[in-house]
Amino acid sequence: MAKTTGVARHRDAADARPATGRVGGRVAARASSALDRIIHERLRLGIVSALAVNTALTFNELKQLVRATDGNLSVHARRLEEAGYIACSKTFAGRVPRTEYRLTAAGRRALERYLEHMEALIQATRER
Amino acid sequence: MAIAGREADTNLPFVSLDRLSPPSADAESVTRPLHVRALDNLQFIRDTMERASAFTAISGRGMIAMGMVAIAAAGVASVQRSRVEWLAIWLAAAVVGAALGGAAIVYKARASRTPLLSGPARKFALGFAPPIVVGALLTWALYRAGLDGVLPAVWLLLYGTAVVCGGTFSVPVVPVMGMCFMALGAVSLVAPPAWGWLELGLGFGLLHIGFGIAIARRYGG
Repeated sequence: MAKTTGVARHRDAADARPATGRVGGRVAARASSALDRIIHERLRLGIVSALAVNTALTFNELKQLVRATDGNLSVHARRLEEAGYIACSKTFAGRVPRTEYRLTAAGRRALERYLEHMEALIQATRER
Repeated sequence: MAIAGREADTNLPFVSLDRLSPPSADAESVTRPLHVRALDNLQFIRDTMERASAFTAISGRGMIAMGMVAIAAAGVASVQRSRVEWLAIWLAAAVVGAALGGAAIVYKARASRTPLLSGPARKFALGFAPPIVVGALLTWALYRAGLDGVLPAVWLLLYGTAVVCGGTFSVPVVPVMGMCFMALGAVSLVAPPAWGWLELGLGFGLLHIGFGIAIARRYGG
């Protein structure tokens, strides 16, 4: 499976940043051309959004917030971790394992780019 | 799941919206215009952030400051003989403590760029306020009736109720703190009236400091 590095991904997204103020359809197409698939999936978008307003969240707190099962959250969190969007730390509180997630700088930038894409799409439609 | 299936087909990190169904891929959403789906995504992000921001609504450092004020008030109140001075000390401590706690919440919200009037903050305030208002009214009524002896129990019980109600929209440790206040209030109901300063010092002082340290360490300030 061919993997793209996080750095390349960010560069691609920045290059494809939409220019607002053009004819609706074309701008919408450009705005959507580099939509980040990693963050676009709803559960992953929920994880990143929740972590954006918190310093850190434990696995159980995230599970409650995004209303996911253990397995589902685990899979999607790992995907975000592989992309470099979130960082995971595992510690022990006494004998109980504790998994904590934080949003990385790359993850915050990815969320900001995603928000810009969504806003560009809406703007383009209004100008049509 | 549609998204997962698509990811299995291609290894591209980005995908054009021309080929993309929205995050909640169902028959209805696929037929919706792009801008509607974009609006839906923005609303989802906002809702998630609003739910998650409840975890940072309370300031642990503010609670520590409130606890120190209460301990100082307990020390001064323990040597008071006058009813009116005893009450004035605790009312002054409540005003100073509330101001410190409120300022700490504002500071923490600004530092974390969390809106103060977000949904969880409003819900916290709506849950917290009614028992506090009832406490203020009962303070006036009980003092007039000469029943000062039960005031510590009433304050602890109602403050605990307020914290439990408001804390439902905050981090799990907050309602636990409220229950501790209520338990102490229940003990205070059967304790000698002369111990009032001690009960209030333990509750508003030590409980605030203890839980404040836990919240500051665990929830970033």
